[in-house]
Amino acid sequence: MNEQAIIDGNEAAADVAYRVSELCSIYPITPSSTMAELADEWSAHRRPNIFGQVPTVIEMQSEGGAAGAMHGALQGGALSTTFTASQGLLLMIPNMYRIAGELTSTVFHVAARSLATQGLSIFGDHQDVMAVRQTGVCLLSSASVQEAHDMAAISHSATLRTRLPIVHFFDGFRTSHELNTMVRLSDDELRRIIPRELVLEHRSRALSPANPFIRGTAQNPDTYFQSRETSNLYYQWAPKVIANEMEKFAELTGRRYGLVEYHGAPDADRAVVVMGSGIEAILPVVERMNAEGARVGVLQIRLYRPFPTEAFLEALPPSVTRLAVLDRTKEPGASGEPLFLDVTSVLGEAVAGGAREKLPVTIGGRYGLSSKEFTPAMARAVFDELAAESPRPRFTVGIHDDVTNLSLDYDPALDFEDPETLRAVFYGLGSDGTVGANKNTIKILGSSADTFAQGYFVYDSKKSGSRTVSHLRFGPNPIRAPYLVSQAGFIGCHHWSILERVDILEFARPGTVLLLNSPHGPEETWHQLPVPMQRRIVELGIRVYVIDAGKVARAAGLGSRTNTILQTCFFAISGVLPREQAIERIKAAITKTYARKSAEVVRKNHDAVDSALAELHEMPVPIDDWSDRGLIPPVPEGAPKFVRTVTAEMLRGRGDDLPVSALPVDGTYPSGTTKYEKRNISEIVAEWDAEECIQCGNCAFVCPHSVLRAKSYPADAIGDAPEGFLSAPLNAAGLPQTRYTLQVYVEDCTGCGLCVEACPVKPVDQPSRRAINLTPLLDREKEKRAVDYFESIPVNDRSRVDFGTVRGTQFLEPLFEFSGACSGCGETPYLKLLSQLFGDRATIANATGCSSIYGGNLPTTPWAKNAMGRGPAWSNSLFEDNAEFGLGMRLAADLHEDLARTRLDELRGAIGDDTLVDQILAAPQRLGSELTEQMDRVNRLKARLEGLAGPSVEDLRSVADHLVRRSVWIVGGDGWAYDIGSSGVDHVLASGRNVNILVLDTEVYSNTGGQASKSTPLGAVAKFASGGKLTNKKDLALQAMSYGSVYVARVAMGADPQQTLKAFREAEAYDGPSLIIAYSHCIAHGYDIRKGLEQQYRAVNSGHWPLMRYNPVIRDAGGNPFLLDSPRPRLTLQQYQSAELRYKVLKAADPVEADRLVALAQDQVDRKWAEYEELANRGAHQFAADPRSRA
Amino acid sequence: MIDLTTNYLGLALRNPVVASAGPLSQTVAGVKSLADGGVGAVVLYSLFEEQLRREAEATAILEDMYEESHAEAISYFPTVPRAAHDASATYLRLVEQAAAAIDVPLIASLNGASLGGWTQTARRLADAGAAAIELNIYFVPGDLTMTGHAVEERHLAILAAVKGAVNIPVAVKLSPYFSSVGNMALRLDAAGADGLVLFNRFLQPDIDLDRLTVESGVTLSSPVDARLARTWISVLHGHLEASIAATTGVDTADDVIKYILAGADVVMTTSSLIRRGPAYAQVLVEGLGQWLAAKGLSLSKARGLLAVPAEAAADAYEREGYVSALEKAKSTYGSLR
Repeated sequence: MNEQAIIDGNEAAADVAYRVSELCSIYPITPSSTMAELADEWSAHRRPNIFGQVPTVIEMQSEGGAAGAMHGALQGGALSTTFTASQGLLLMIPNMYRIAGELTSTVFHVAARSLATQGLSIFGDHQDVMAVRQTGVCLLSSASVQEAHDMAAISHSATLRTRLPIVHFFDGFRTSHELNTMVRLSDDELRRIIPRELVLEHRSRALSPANPFIRGTAQNPDTYFQSRETSNLYYQWAPKVIANEMEKFAELTGRRYGLVEYHGAPDADRAVVVMGSGIEAILPVVERMNAEGARVGVLQIRLYRPFPTEAFLEALPPSVTRLAVLDRTKEPGASGEPLFLDVTSVLGEAVAGGAREKLPVTIGGRYGLSSKEFTPAMARAVFDELAAESPRPRFTVGIHDDVTNLSLDYDPALDFEDPETLRAVFYGLGSDGTVGANKNTIKILGSSADTFAQGYFVYDSKKSGSRTVSHLRFGPNPIRAPYLVSQAGFIGCHHWSILERVDILEFARPGTVLLLNSPHGPEETWHQLPVPMQRRIVELGIRVYVIDAGKVARAAGLGSRTNTILQTCFFAISGVLPREQAIERIKAAITKTYARKSAEVVRKNHDAVDSALAELHEMPVPIDDWSDRGLIPPVPEGAPKFVRTVTAEMLRGRGDDLPVSALPVDGTYPSGTTKYEKRNISEIVAEWDAEECIQCGNCAFVCPHSVLRAKSYPADAIGDAPEGFLSAPLNAAGLPQTRYTLQVYVEDCTGCGLCVEACPVKPVDQPSRRAINLTPLLDREKEKRAVDYFESIPVNDRSRVDFGTVRGTQFLEPLFEFSGACSGCGETPYLKLLSQLFGDRATIANATGCSSIYGGNLPTTPWAKNAMGRGPAWSNSLFEDNAEFGLGMRLAADLHEDLARTRLDELRGAIGDDTLVDQILAAPQRLGSELTEQMDRVNRLKARLEGLAGPSVEDLRSVADHLVRRSVWIVGGDGWAYDIGSSGVDHVLASGRNVNILVLDTEVYSNTGGQASKSTPLGAVAKFASGGKLTNKKDLALQAMSYGSVYVARVAMGADPQQTLKAFREAEAYDGPSLIIAYSHCIAHGYDIRKGLEQQYRAVNSGHWPLMRYNPVIRDAGGNPFLLDSPRPRLTLQQYQSAELRYKVLKAADPVEADRLVALAQDQVDRKWAEYEELANRGAHQFAADPRSRA
Repeated sequence: MIDLTTNYLGLALRNPVVASAGPLSQTVAGVKSLADGGVGAVVLYSLFEEQLRREAEATAILEDMYEESHAEAISYFPTVPRAAHDASATYLRLVEQAAAAIDVPLIASLNGASLGGWTQTARRLADAGAAAIELNIYFVPGDLTMTGHAVEERHLAILAAVKGAVNIPVAVKLSPYFSSVGNMALRLDAAGADGLVLFNRFLQPDIDLDRLTVESGVTLSSPVDARLARTWISVLHGHLEASIAATTGVDTADDVIKYILAGADVVMTTSSLIRRGPAYAQVLVEGLGQWLAAKGLSLSKARGLLAVPAEAAADAYEREGYVSALEKAKSTYGSLR
């Protein structure tokens, strides 16, 4: 009896891959990470493969490394596999050629994803797999969760039979993250699919000193070519062998697959060719059109390489005269996309060779890039296009292309779904558990043998206050609908703030049932709804139910966690199960989820489920009683045009409707757009106590979201201040007539509370308060007026600000603001500081990761501009190359600075102001005031150039900005700096060039969900280190110091902000490579990150994170360049670690091992400290000299 | 050599000095050093099960907090192999290993304030090898709505529940803050307590005047703290079926002897063993033996020698002591009026 399960595509593929492999060499990359994580967890749980062995799972430093390790293991005879996507797959290409060239059996499981081009995208299409089609690997495609499971098995058997490596791929997110009902293959079945003799044959080809041979030779013109032709037969045989494996699979399981499958009318005149999940959107269209008398069909390509020519020609009915080939990829400049080209060449040859009578009119179209929806309505448009008198030879579908007019029109109202399927949509916030509860709901319903279920979850791009939309389907028939729900029968809105901003009835139909979590009660709720929503409710006859789930949750002791309450309401209203049975199953699901964690959580959720329905009410809908509320506009009226017309549409959730012409051609977007998106994600916000505040600037320094801004101004400048604008006399000697304001940007505040923790003031009469506190936001409008007024006060003159103190920096304008990072993020305060100190002359190279996502993910981005229009210029290249990318920026800046200086000197006479020229050329540009003066001089120079002409003048004009010292920053996380970009970081540090590398060290891959890096400390639990990390954290600082020419600092803002500031300024001032390693607390550490600063303090004071600086300039001057900035450890390591889940988890799971690792880690800390103390007490001559120095 | 063997809770002890629940018994090695130091029995440090459950809840909430909120990171932690969450697992393991490692009885200590999972945990402690269980029913002052009657009933209910669940002896460690602590002791005795431990100490917080903060912290007890317990032991001696354990304020053998004279079956200490090391138990035991030998008393003869005579009216006896104390004070400090 096979096990029916509801899992996602990643698990479906990994479940097979793991069980038939001996080695998985892995590296995290979205959307494939889950496959690797599962394999790692299974291995940690000692789950055996079908051969009775527990597979080894090893995390590598990059996908290139994973492929290399895989290649080696294959040469060693082990059954090896890997999981990847997108850029990761690209990094495997060199090895793929090798592995294929050596006829080596292996499978790459790929959750196919877009590539970084004009922008990065984590979502699904076939660009990555199409980029490896030339390497010699086979490409086998799955279209659904079940197929991802089955085709994984077929891939592993076929690779052993054919000796050709196989890329088994399925659509990223759409299949990899879709939950669907499927049947699992048993171990016995897998053993029959992968016969032992094949494994032995594979092993017999391994390198062995007992039977030595050499493989991987270098070949010469005499034989390379012929050798390349030796494997031709393997490729010729492969399609037949694979088809044969599919046939055997069908005999075993009853599930039959073909290399190419045709569905539709046997005498079709029109047909579509497609690969991947898109087939499931086309099938219902084919069925309905044929039922209505048309003759259409669809050809699904499963095997793409080697291209199954014979099977293709066999499958395509000879009657087809019009054929559309759909490619989920783009190859700019090609005569067509890859699948289209393959099809046309096959058909052309077939006709030319007489195998086929007529060449159908064949057109090629692109669809579904970056998980763009591909629906039956769009498929219908393709068939319609084929019926046109002269179909467009090239087209796109799913977008509106108003530039090259390639896009097909389609009717989004067309509905091809099974009427017996219940469709439901739920709106939630990331932190509220809606998605988790919906996953449980799917499992509850899908666990009945007669019910099929599907779930797909859409998240927005912010990491704090993010919105989730869950798309669920249930029904008596298998659900094959790889697209979002529309015309939903049930809509749940789990947060009131969502319906104020977004049209949640977008997916409604007549008679939809709507469940609102409303704090307003059944009587008042109607009057609080926006008018457009009220009208839709009346028009469509929507039935509305209301519950104050927050109230029920609080009563049950669940805080703000409302998910199980709303889940209960869904079951009660929708009637998908009898009530009693539903409640019983919800409770069982809760028990299953939490029993291992906490009995209290189980009990409280059970109580909440029991009390939910008493608070559920149907809301009366008046016919003609409209409120005066509209939807809250996403951006203010005064925003720039681009923001109003483009950004705002994305914010409304209507980015899909933006035409091609609306978007930049080269991925260039305006800076500083987060300020227009007032997200209001927190009900509690910071509140400044003007009377108690000592104006130290600590709170503004640590604020991760730049919502605390300080200004000082003449006392008489605020005569017209509105009520609610707070002000205090400036706390500084000699400026009696000056006042000070610390303004809270309440609409951007996330309520993280780091400011409160950083505040040193405890008012004597209120010991539990600080000079800044969190408080409910009661009068938003009043606060907005205060912010507007504050904005009207000029920013403090940079030349008069003391850059050297934390107190001084609060007066520097942040040019990194309101990012979508996690509330309380430990990384962003460093970036904000960077932007305050150097932002008006900085270029930033940002490695892919958290900082590139909150730093550069659309719709709105946080890197901003000042009133003069200056600000950080930011770009992201890749994950692995960021140090090199930044170095390139430096080299360009140096070249253009040289050019500018040369031209300036040449044009001295024409400019006619020797003093200005001399001053520009000789300006020291170290202090803030000197830089302000230099900017002023360069502006004067530009004005002078206005009146001049000639090639030299144009040259100078184009590079004059480089006369202001350019500050080049290379920013990224530890995954980049310690692992994938390690060699680049090393090389750039060794280059001697003036770049500043900032490592935001969270000691884990934060962005992809907490995988271990070489920065992860000994004993910490992380993904890929489930049993606790077993190696010591790499000391990047000592590595960098060994060059002698690198400025190095290790900082932790929460422990010593002044040292952080000093390090940033010294690093930037140092004329050579600098490295700052910044402790960044992170949600992946597992504690309430409101305590992040305290944890930083503990990290430093336990010796885990010794603060230090290494300044080669001091060495040149004859001093000890190594400065140990933190005191001797006064806490044990355990006192630091005990607050964090990453350590506690192991203590709970394996206390003996946890104790052993803690002892080892403590020992390591003690040793490290002794080493550092020794360094701090050395003489200058005991350190390597900076070879570039003339001192 | 004087015979110091003692019956406590029906357990045969080699002497009446017992290590009370405290930080020294957190590891097997610690328990072993206590036993090797010469005590007659060891009470393990307290299992604060409710607190552990709350911590588990907080951890579970934390694990959930950031899950399912971003497309790239559905979660942040691996599913680490672990059994169903078991707040008591570490403690049970200690009971099992420590009981096997020592040759004196090991008494487990359960600390809490509500009915919760006491019975199940008690049963598991018994299965793990605890010779007896000490219930430390610990109400943190603060609930202003709870009546004295309700507090008493809660004690009795918890005792009854645990007694009903296990076959090993059960002692109750109680606080002195009952309106009628003697009556409470009788009721617990009647409800089947095998022993009463007098008294537990509330670890009351202090105030830091410089930082204007409330500082929690532990202070070790001193001999003066013993007077309250001794007074009540001397009153209760002879009125109970249950054994009586004295705890708090033991520093030297003299303090042990005084408790025995007041009527304690066993005398417990943690503070003196923390101050002077586990081997100090032997000094206490020898001091007791030497004193008995010097006085020519057997242990059983000495026990309760200076208790309030069973036939005397305790209040009159106490009042007498009170009046004479006042008289003494007057002569020392002058008139107190």
